[in-house]
Amino acid sequence: MEKLIILPFSIGFIYLLGILGFRVVKWVGGLSRLDKLRLIHSFKTRRFFDSIKEVFMEGLLHRKIFRKNPVLGYMHMSLAFGWFLLIVVGHIEVMVSRQSLIAPIYLPVFFRYFETDHSFMLSGIFSFLMDLLLLFVLSGVALALLKRFKKKLFGMKKTTRLKTGDRIALLSLWMIFPLRLLSEGMSAGLYGNGSFLTSTLGHIFGNLNSETANLSLWTAYSCSLGFFFAALPNSRYMHIPTEILLIFVRNAGVKLKKRNNTYTNIQVFSCSRCGLCLDNCQLSAAGINNTQSVYILKNIRNHNLSDEQLFNCLLCGKCEVDCPVGINTIDLRITQRIESTRQYNSSYKYLEDGPVPKADTVYFAGCMTHLTPGIIASMKKLFHLAGENVWFMDEEKAPCCGRPLMLAGQYEAASKLIANNTRKIIGSGAKKLVVSCPICYKVFKEDYELANVEVVFHAEYILNLLQQEIIALKKGSDRIIYHDPCELGRGMGMYEPPREVLRTTGKVIPIKNEKHMAHCCGGSLGNLKISQVERSLLRNQAVEDYLRYRPDVLATACPMCKKTFSRHPNLKVLDISEAVANALQISSDQESTKEKMKLEIHEFELI
Amino acid sequence: MNDLSFLKPASRQIDFDNFDDRLLLYVLKYEPSFFTCISCGGCTATCSAGNLTNFNVRKIGLWLRRGETEKLSEEIQKCMFCGKCTLVCPRDINIRNVILLIKKRIAMLKNENTTA
Repeated sequence: MEKLIILPFSIGFIYLLGILGFRVVKWVGGLSRLDKLRLIHSFKTRRFFDSIKEVFMEGLLHRKIFRKNPVLGYMHMSLAFGWFLLIVVGHIEVMVSRQSLIAPIYLPVFFRYFETDHSFMLSGIFSFLMDLLLLFVLSGVALALLKRFKKKLFGMKKTTRLKTGDRIALLSLWMIFPLRLLSEGMSAGLYGNGSFLTSTLGHIFGNLNSETANLSLWTAYSCSLGFFFAALPNSRYMHIPTEILLIFVRNAGVKLKKRNNTYTNIQVFSCSRCGLCLDNCQLSAAGINNTQSVYILKNIRNHNLSDEQLFNCLLCGKCEVDCPVGINTIDLRITQRIESTRQYNSSYKYLEDGPVPKADTVYFAGCMTHLTPGIIASMKKLFHLAGENVWFMDEEKAPCCGRPLMLAGQYEAASKLIANNTRKIIGSGAKKLVVSCPICYKVFKEDYELANVEVVFHAEYILNLLQQEIIALKKGSDRIIYHDPCELGRGMGMYEPPREVLRTTGKVIPIKNEKHMAHCCGGSLGNLKISQVERSLLRNQAVEDYLRYRPDVLATACPMCKKTFSRHPNLKVLDISEAVANALQISSDQESTKEKMKLEIHEFELI
Repeated sequence: MNDLSFLKPASRQIDFDNFDDRLLLYVLKYEPSFFTCISCGGCTATCSAGNLTNFNVRKIGLWLRRGETEKLSEEIQKCMFCGKCTLVCPRDINIRNVILLIKKRIAMLKNENTTA
């Protein structure tokens, strides 16, 4: 009869193990052959130990959340690491008391109930440790309760909306440890096998202590465990076991390759719906609150993702920055877009391979730069001063770079444009391809195979000109704020070259929201759904933040950002190439009037 | 012999009894800003694809209103999604989304036709 209390726990535990085993086999089995080999190979290398370390640091200690907010970090650590230690120390305690390495799995869980005789070796130390750990976990539960009412304490502005399954799991999770405290307290009162915490509680219970009350408390404890285990696979807490698998698979080098596979599932189930991505997402400034990464992941998991949600995202990458699980939300979303638009990719049969002029350097301005002719004029001026033999590839007509298509998920269509452009660039025999648009830069760098043609962003190109003293600038006194374009900063990790260039023209002020936390201008080609009004709300949010620093100039390195910000009335916006062209100091030999006139005509002709 | 077929153009009359509004209604449902199009042609003037071919975004809008699904399904393939049209539009119409919706709806209609 007494043994019956282990039933709810055991049923839940076996059910959980079954589901987890089934899912792991399904997910790992669904990976491509190459990915499976990668995974197996990674077990033989150092990566295996890296993964174990990462599981410990992120899965148990929650280092990333600590960095974000210490209270939130402590809450997660006390629950995860505390529970883990309770299990480990509990097992050691059982092994010591039984003097055997094999003990039934349920015994450490209900040890205080079954082990009434408490006089084995080190028993005092063990019960002290277990009480301490229980207190540690309980402090986490208390914080979790507090978080429901005062999330600001935890550095969060918003939390996710919960489903019924999540609520059941959450409630039973909260019940587990208080019930454990009560039942261990009661047992301590009856059998005297507790330590500072449980014995005190046993004393407080006093006359209430009885065998029946004890049995019912332990049964309730067992039930809460069983409920939690049973609810786990269909709730957000599935992230606990999945994250371990994710870390191993990710460290093995598995990536999403423009196609859904079970790696999508592993990532989707790893999302804990903590909501840290919600605070970073700018879309809420435009009143859009159902398309953030956490909801998209949930919708993929529940198979109810709509196009309206899928395409309503700036793809700025800010959500990825703070994701404690490290889910690759951008790749995941683009893969979903590819799947959603697979049926209607264009073939672009009209693209022709015309004759290509020979040149040392190719300049690809890109569609967006053509809407900001100031950038083209400045670049031409710089090319002229550098004496570069440039072929301006898309001056008259050329296909787009393909990135906007990719952002819309039309990967196959984009590859047609890529093939056409590649043939032209290689045909020109150039050694260098200069681009002035980060959107183009990303696709040229990542998806083009250009053999030995070096892809250079105009910031790097200008920096090189400055370092080699081919051009000289007159440093002004302007206060400059540099706006990191999403595709260049978070997208390509280029933060410093544009700043270094700007430092030669004026004073670059450091601000709070820069580099990986930089705002999106709102103009993003990644979002196909929001209206211009909503875009301007996002833009104003960024501008308001910038204006607090009283800049004279807002500099950026992206024609799209420039175009978006230029629509704001109280702001002088310059691309870095324009800032440089304005600050040009023509050296004495170039200052001859003839040269000057030539330059002026050059500029005039272009604009 | 010279091709003089342009002298005898095919009928361009729209029969409102057989008007195919499935495409138009779909686009307007998900991108209502298309209502405000004034057919100014700014989109066509800036279009990267229009620079390479005779692709005409303004015509896409006209055909959409006339329900000429057949013609559209060919023509719409030429768009390169660069987004310049959306940036120059004086009525702030999200043209990129209009194109995406047309492509999607045409694919849906094709599927319906093959299964029906």
